Amino acid sequence: MNGLIVVLKRELAAYFLTPLAYVFIVIFLILSGIFTFYLGRFYERGQADLVSFFNFIPWLYLILVPAVAMRLWSEERRSGTIELLMTLPLTLFEVIVGKFLAAWLFVGLALLLTFPTWITVNYLGQPDNGVILASYAGSWLMAGGFLAVGSCLSAATKSQVVAFIMTLVICFTFVASGFPMVQDAFSHWAPVWVLDGLSVLSFLSHFDAISRGVIELRDIVYFLVMIGAWLMATGIILNMKKAD
Amino acid sequence: MEVPITMIKITNLKKRFGDLCAVSDLSFQVNPGEVLGFLGPNGAGKSTTMKMLTGFLSPSSGDISIFGINVASKPLEAQRLIGYLPEGAPSYGDMTVLSFLKFIAAVRGYRGSDVDARVESVINKIQLEKVLYQRIETLSKGFKRRVGLAQAIIHDPKVLILDEPTDGLDPNQKHQVRELIKNLSKDKIVIISTHILEEVHAVCTRALIISSGTIVADGSPDQLSAMSKYHQAVSLKLSQPCDAVSALKALADVDSVAVGEEPNSYVVFPVPGKSILKAVNQLLHDRDWQVEELHVEKGRLDDVFRQVTLSSAHGQSQYKLDQSVKAEESEGVV
Repeated sequence: MNGLIVVLKRELAAYFLTPLAYVFIVIFLILSGIFTFYLGRFYERGQADLVSFFNFIPWLYLILVPAVAMRLWSEERRSGTIELLMTLPLTLFEVIVGKFLAAWLFVGLALLLTFPTWITVNYLGQPDNGVILASYAGSWLMAGGFLAVGSCLSAATKSQVVAFIMTLVICFTFVASGFPMVQDAFSHWAPVWVLDGLSVLSFLSHFDAISRGVIELRDIVYFLVMIGAWLMATGIILNMKKAD
Repeated sequence: MEVPITMIKITNLKKRFGDLCAVSDLSFQVNPGEVLGFLGPNGAGKSTTMKMLTGFLSPSSGDISIFGINVASKPLEAQRLIGYLPEGAPSYGDMTVLSFLKFIAAVRGYRGSDVDARVESVINKIQLEKVLYQRIETLSKGFKRRVGLAQAIIHDPKVLILDEPTDGLDPNQKHQVRELIKNLSKDKIVIISTHILEEVHAVCTRALIISSGTIVADGSPDQLSAMSKYHQAVSLKLSQPCDAVSALKALADVDSVAVGEEPNSYVVFPVPGKSILKAVNQLLHDRDWQVEELHVEKGRLDDVFRQVTLSSAHGQSQYKLDQSVKAEESEGVV
């Protein structure tokens, strides 16, 4: 477990050694502000909640989280440091989970920095802070899901750009699979269990469930299983492809 | 009394990548105090073997044990004993030298003040004081290589594995890195892969040449040089042109005579196992030829290298040290 913490610390510090961390945080905050206040019509709605903020979070994450995830393994493979890392006395579990947790904490930090929006809504009215807290938790869990997908695809290629695009496409599929438009496309011919399966697999339906303020075990389990499964896939792919 | 312990034992090691057989049936042992030079042409399987030794790749079949620890079944325990410099000395370019070394020390299990003590000791050993606060990506190739060496020895490993430690360095840097390796190797077992042959004489106590994934020669650098057809051959350079070839050829125990690149220079090859210096000397004396240069060759490692790696590619049998190598006719032979 010590190894995990050492890897986590290095990875987390590494984000702040390059402009990536600052660029990510600034863009995330600016875009979330624009989405909330302009597209989400925060003021015009006249409601004391952050629905207009959290409605856009999945889409914002869809673009930005793959950018964080793409360097997780591609960079190690491209620069050859993977050989160094894998020949140090560290288990694959420690390395994969340490890197993932660092990325997850980093995205969580960016999310926490949106607190001025929360202060604004509390200043203007009396929002249900329980719902807001749940929505924050749901957002972070969803970010974890995106990152785990990104970790796996980043392990599969040396090119960060390829990793980014593949992650974006797969994450989009997972977000959109609960959409009425996707569901409609299947509803005419597919059996009910396929439709249910699609909506069960959707990031969005679980995120919506949590952000309504109802934290159900199944939604949390969904995200944790999603993360676990994609990280296991990361391990399998690394074992197969690390020498390429 | 010293009990011989095998530090590294490799048995029937094989590695395939799809259809490509990178390492085929490699077996050897490395004993305490040896600095093993791992030689071979590019693509011979040197790096692949090292990657398996360090647990980065798993063998298709065969066993590797380091101090009795099986690398495949207990990789972490084996990796604790090993310091490894991968080819090209990869490291995290964004980090400073100091933070990188601290990270490695922490991974190696040191905590608190031990980390600082370990880092300080390698900084002194490898002379990195000047670049401690520089980002690694801004360093010269020589310094990057030194940082790679520093991370490999931070835990004072019993086994040091260096994949082409001097590749791509200028002659001064090569010299520095070799001196470092010589100093480090006193109480360790060191395996160095290289295709630079001068390096072998400079640092190694034993050389192992592999080609197409199998061992083609194994022995001390001097033993290997002795396999060369130049071993015990006499080189001479005369000051005036004269009909030396036929006279030299007529001498007893002379196998053949080659004309050198410079004018009036010759290489006289003996029948294997015979010494011909006296006879050549006598001839020069009798004919009263003026000599500018005369010496007995020790043997040329690059010649042996070509001989064993090219012949293995043609499917001939493995060369053994005890069997004297017959001098082959070459282009220069008259």
